Amino acid sequence: MSETTLPSGSSVDHFVQQKYKHGFVTDIEAEGLPPGLDEGVVRWISARKQEPEWLLEWRLEAFRQWQQMDQPNWAHLKIDPIDFQAISYFSAPKSDKDRPQSLDDVDPKLLETYDKLGVPLHERARLAGVAVDAVFDSVSVGTTFRKDLAKAGVIFCSFSDAVKEHPELVRKYLGTVVPARDNFFAALNSAVFSDGSFVFIPKGVRCPMELSTYFRINAAETGQFERTLIVCEDAGYVSYLEGCTAPMRDENQLHAAVVELVALEDAEIKYSTVQNWYPGDENGKGGIYNFVTKRGDCRGDRSKISWTQVETGSAITWKYPSCVLRGERSVGEFYSVALTNNMQQADTGTKMIHIGRDTRSKIISKGISAGRGQQSYRGLVRVAKGAANARNFTQCDSMLIGKRCGAHTFPYIEVGNPTAKVEHEATTSRIGEDQLFYCLQRGISEEDAVSMIVDGFCKAVFRELPMEFAVEAKALLEVSLEGAVG
Amino acid sequence: MLEIKNLHATVAGKPILKGLDLAVRAGEVHAIMGPNGAGKSTLGNVIAGREGYEVTDGEILFKGRNMLELEPEERACEGVFLAFQYPVEIPGVNNTYFLRAALNAQRKYRGEPELDSMQFLKLVREKLKILHISDDLMHRAVNEGFSGGEKKRNEIFQMAVLEPALAILDETDSGLDIDALRLVAEGVNRQRSPERSMIVVTHYQRLLDHIVPDFVHVLADGRIVASGDADLARKLEEEGYAWLEDGGIQRLSTGSEARAGA
Repeated sequence: MSETTLPSGSSVDHFVQQKYKHGFVTDIEAEGLPPGLDEGVVRWISARKQEPEWLLEWRLEAFRQWQQMDQPNWAHLKIDPIDFQAISYFSAPKSDKDRPQSLDDVDPKLLETYDKLGVPLHERARLAGVAVDAVFDSVSVGTTFRKDLAKAGVIFCSFSDAVKEHPELVRKYLGTVVPARDNFFAALNSAVFSDGSFVFIPKGVRCPMELSTYFRINAAETGQFERTLIVCEDAGYVSYLEGCTAPMRDENQLHAAVVELVALEDAEIKYSTVQNWYPGDENGKGGIYNFVTKRGDCRGDRSKISWTQVETGSAITWKYPSCVLRGERSVGEFYSVALTNNMQQADTGTKMIHIGRDTRSKIISKGISAGRGQQSYRGLVRVAKGAANARNFTQCDSMLIGKRCGAHTFPYIEVGNPTAKVEHEATTSRIGEDQLFYCLQRGISEEDAVSMIVDGFCKAVFRELPMEFAVEAKALLEVSLEGAVG
Repeated sequence: MLEIKNLHATVAGKPILKGLDLAVRAGEVHAIMGPNGAGKSTLGNVIAGREGYEVTDGEILFKGRNMLELEPEERACEGVFLAFQYPVEIPGVNNTYFLRAALNAQRKYRGEPELDSMQFLKLVREKLKILHISDDLMHRAVNEGFSGGEKKRNEIFQMAVLEPALAILDETDSGLDIDALRLVAEGVNRQRSPERSMIVVTHYQRLLDHIVPDFVHVLADGRIVASGDADLARKLEEEGYAWLEDGGIQRLSTGSEARAGA
């Protein structure tokens, strides 16, 4: 373990020093760090993971940048100011004796939700946080899975493991798509990130199966500050699934993840997300704040990156999965369904930056607002001066359910090259009383009618999801819309 | 089949139906005509149970059951079908999927087994053939991008699949040219049967040349003011509705027995 000299005077390092002095590192493991963020905390996190010097320096540099930055407030969101010193940057994983010992100990309402969402039985225990010893299935499934991947030469492991086992790869690509100084939350994440996924697809390899966070066994801690890096070499292909439909609670309200994707020549990365973080109660209290920076770099010619997401959770969502279309003839795609109900707020969208020649981008965004939800689509299509023959198609549709919700669209189109073709279509519709009555008059129940209409609305996006995710996503929307009408 | 007694109904607080009586027996086709604002469309919507239409007095009995106790989807499952005047579009929802969901919902209600996709497709193909409708209809979303005529024919097609006991056709002829009208009328006529009743709401007599009714009623100022047979319709065509306002009801001569209330 490397030597760590802690700057004196910081509130945390005094605490940390004491513990190290007496060798009671495990106490923090058991209790977590006290709230507060300073350089000492960053060093502690890095030291705990036994990270190499270069990574510690990278974190510290990010932290210094973060200290110079202000939290952005231009989003169309109503947020109470966040006190970054009141948050703990490391929570201890729950000890087994504090966990439910079996499904019988779990809140029956939660189990009911799993039922409605069709969560497989063997997954419910793990998702509900039942003491790990009780769950053997995940271990055995994971082992066969990893054997197949090893045969193909695919690297898929936790970010922390990647730092230990493939440091040269991590170092080569980390921060090259989302540098720390990119934005306030990216800087914060870069300083204090906990863990995440690392995927590396070697040249010409088509990953034999969909990779999902479920199979990343070391996911004991919740994803407060997740960091994910996916690199696909020439002619490689990977489809990655993030998240799950099961409602996820977290003691930590603030989530600031960073996801970087790198696609080299002729490579393709498909990244799908289904997210259902706890949205808070009907009055909006206690939900998760989800501030995510996701970006894909189509570095190589003819590379392709597509983002597909279904977002129904969180109290506040702020994310713009984007593509930088550097390579000639590279392609970027964004398909999204975002649902805001009760008091949820979302300011989301995408950025497609056309740099190379003959690049194409496609954006299909479907926003559904219900209850008092407020949703904004914010999209940027930028065509650089040298990006000859760029093509973009954007379709952003909003559906309003009920009379008290809102949908807003902020499209930004910046074209610096006269040969570009940029198309933008936007529609807003209300689930009309007309449409509902039409269904009722044919004998279809109100609940089924709303599902049917919403599903029709989202079809273009659901089509892009890997099949099992699509089925789950539909179920998720239905459950999330319960009671939204009338 | 259907008995309406002294029906009073308001729409957005405004009284539209003011004591309407009507009796329709199984197998009969009744036409309802009348000036604008009389309440013709309101009648169909009230029977179907649309929100925003409030019944303030009177009763509606369907097959002996009190309809006012039932939700719109229950009334549909009991066998009430409303062919809309302006069928709404439902983008992204496939016609076949929609109809199958509707049919199965009704079958489930009646305790009958639901149809799987194969069985349903077979049923649909038969009906399409009978009505001379191209099966291209089945690949499209409900009414999306349909012309006026196509929308009306889709209504009749749905009726053919759902086989309701009571079909209310709300100004099915509005917006149709002669040829489209003939096709729609043909489709309706093919579905006449001793077990089925129809209420044909229309503004113009010409539809009734094609769908010949057993009874014709005139709805004016929220009530049925005159009843007769097909001849009544022709008389209205000749003389218009204005004479009704001058207490012209007395001048009515229908030639054959007419029946308004039970």
